[in-house]
Amino acid sequence: MHGISRRGLLKTGVAAGVLSLSGMPLRAQTRGGKLTAGLSGANTSDSWDGRTHSDLYMIASAQGAVFDSLTEVAADGSLKGELAESWEASADAKTWTFNLRQGVTFHNGKAFGADDVIESLQLHVAEGSKSAAQPIVAAIAEMTKITDSQVQFTLESGNADFPYLMSDYHLLMYPAGQIEEAIAQGIGTGLYQVQSFDPGVRMVATRYPDHYKGDSAGYFDEIEYIAINDNTARMNALMTGQVDAINRIDFKTEALLRANPALRIQEVTGNQQYTFPMLTDVAPFNDVNIRKALKYGINRQEMVDKILLGHGAVGNDTPIGPANQFYNAEMEQLDYDPDQAKFYLQQAGLDSLDIDLSASNAAFEGAVDAAQLFQSSAAAGGININVVQEPADGYWSNVWLKKPFCACYWSGRATEDWMFSTAYEAGVPWNDSQWDEKDSARFQELLLMARAELDSNTRRDQYHEMQQILRDEGGVLVPMFANYVQAVNNRISSPDTVGNLWQMDNARMAERWSVA
Amino acid sequence: MGNVLKIIFQRLALGLLTLLIVSIVIFVAVNLLPGDFAQSILGQGATPEAVAAIRQDLGLDQPLLTRYFQWLGGVIQGDLGTSFAQANFASFTGTDSGATTVAQQIAPRFANTMFLAMITAAIAVPFSIFLGVLAALYRNTVFDRATNIFTLTSISSPEFFLAYILILFLAVLNPIFPSLSNIFEGMPFGERVEKSMLPALTLTLVVTAHMMRMTRAAIINLLASPYIEMARLKGLSPMRVIVKHALPNALAPIINVIALNLAYLITGVVVVEVVFVYPGIGQLFVDSVKIRDIPVVQACCLIFATAFILLNLTADIMSILSNPRLRHPK
Repeated sequence: MHGISRRGLLKTGVAAGVLSLSGMPLRAQTRGGKLTAGLSGANTSDSWDGRTHSDLYMIASAQGAVFDSLTEVAADGSLKGELAESWEASADAKTWTFNLRQGVTFHNGKAFGADDVIESLQLHVAEGSKSAAQPIVAAIAEMTKITDSQVQFTLESGNADFPYLMSDYHLLMYPAGQIEEAIAQGIGTGLYQVQSFDPGVRMVATRYPDHYKGDSAGYFDEIEYIAINDNTARMNALMTGQVDAINRIDFKTEALLRANPALRIQEVTGNQQYTFPMLTDVAPFNDVNIRKALKYGINRQEMVDKILLGHGAVGNDTPIGPANQFYNAEMEQLDYDPDQAKFYLQQAGLDSLDIDLSASNAAFEGAVDAAQLFQSSAAAGGININVVQEPADGYWSNVWLKKPFCACYWSGRATEDWMFSTAYEAGVPWNDSQWDEKDSARFQELLLMARAELDSNTRRDQYHEMQQILRDEGGVLVPMFANYVQAVNNRISSPDTVGNLWQMDNARMAERWSVA
Repeated sequence: MGNVLKIIFQRLALGLLTLLIVSIVIFVAVNLLPGDFAQSILGQGATPEAVAAIRQDLGLDQPLLTRYFQWLGGVIQGDLGTSFAQANFASFTGTDSGATTVAQQIAPRFANTMFLAMITAAIAVPFSIFLGVLAALYRNTVFDRATNIFTLTSISSPEFFLAYILILFLAVLNPIFPSLSNIFEGMPFGERVEKSMLPALTLTLVVTAHMMRMTRAAIINLLASPYIEMARLKGLSPMRVIVKHALPNALAPIINVIALNLAYLITGVVVVEVVFVYPGIGQLFVDSVKIRDIPVVQACCLIFATAFILLNLTADIMSILSNPRLRHPK
């Protein structure tokens, strides 16, 4: 029953025939055809307002197809200009000048210029705006239009990563003076022009002729994104050939997909991480020895094997993952060692320790199971973990940041500073371990130094040291990085390097993939 | 006839009372669920300030009673309100113009659900009456037993299970119908029907047993009557006896059951719509319950309740009309 299906055989047969006839290499990207993708993360409340985007469906539709940002993170993790052509910083990384691409038009024909940049960014700091990118824009003290194609940003304090921040998927460029209309109809400068958009159901867009990216991107004539939040329905749609690609495959039925010769599975390890933060201002977690004991009491490899079913990598208690530029790969890996755990308990003056660990599958899929694995591995080190299963509803407001020890997840950030300043800088609202000067003054000092440092070698050393500090003393256990796993029909070809910052090639499959 | 009108009037009045009670129960039940709209929409970003801001914007900080009567006041004037998600979005953009009302949001979804219900009814009703007649005709034979076993098995299985079985046989192994029922506005009728086929067949399997068995039982019940014996003695064929003589008199209970099942086709589609990604009211309902969007949940429940009440009423009236004794009471 799971052998080669009639359809699959036909498809691969035809594909192979065409390839051998044309003699083209597999990766050649041809224009034309249609991409139909079944994506999760859609809601009936979705809109083209970038400030509200939080899940794959709208990110792939907006930044991935219809809209552009100033900069873009390439599949290999490097930064390149999108609507900005180039940028320079002052020596203190406080003043940034962006040169905008000329001759770009919005889908309604309006030319793109400096006013659009300023007005689009101001949306995020508007009165009453609840934009998730608010802190990024709020850090800009002044935005000045120098010429129609040049904008200068003066920051509150130096930030070497500022161009990276401009690639955030919330920061979309809208036509100035027509923003309401652009949000209602989806008018951007992206490769694809909206044909129809039914929130939570379907989005169809066609290639915008004469796009500034020319022949280097956006190979399809048409794209259709179908909202399929149900896992099984998404797998079925791919198996029966009704969609060409799906995100987030279900590991339990992965074998069926692998057995289908017409499909291939794409798997990348990015920065998505499953964590157990502890509040370092609450006893007993205020004692670094207790934190160390826990670090040795958790069996990371077992979690990757059993919770992620192998689709991931072990973490080293830092939020900086393989998708980051200054990831410290040489740092020695923390290993499960109950004797070390016992040793650090003794250092803290204890023979055994009883703690509660709050978990719910709202934190991540399998969080409760992970907590139970942790419970059994820690028991060997004299740590008795009591797993408290919390209700999924209201988890993020009632448990996370409130209970001293709980389960959590982060999708990670493109840059080190972005991640640290979201969750590890003293005083920020999402600092889920209350990590600040009392724990490591050196860490906070390095954070500020590295942020304004333009020399990459110095920055590398600084970020490596910060990762070291977190590994040895940090208040967050990062036992695993979860892979992004998606499946694609062989009718569609994708480049060798697939982005690992987000699902579906950084949500840019409409731009980078093509018909095989 | 005046009698019938009186019954209709009475039943409609009682129906309104039922709707009121339903709305109270739903309102209280949704509020009893842990978490609210502000917490679920913000997810990880649910800092106390953000939650408080959204609650204030949407009036969620008001007492329960006040909110209920505000909502009820709107509904009485025909205004189902604005969904929390839309209202929240409008406060994001700082304009009110972009927000669509609950009625606007539900209308296309409800039309889709009705379309699916109609296709299913068009398949299921003739199919089950036909099966029921045949089962009555060949009662206690292998055919009768097999039909019974088949329909009872399908009604006893969970809907998603039936759906997956159909997907396996009709979409994966034999690609006859698409497993994805993503119909949209402007889709040609033929394609629409083709795409809706698997959900319609799933629902058919769910509702057939009830209607088929009622048809069979009602007919068999009548077969012992003297007038049927008379018809048989006249030498009519068994098929003719059943279709011409027994069936018209068995219609009342059959219509009753059909109406109940039609109501189910509107209210019970939730799981089927999710499995087949059919953009009907059921999916909207699931999405809305997930984010505790009370105005949408309330509106959906009212629609479901209304469908049940009206179709039940229709069933009663039809059974009166199909029975001369009830039509002309002495």
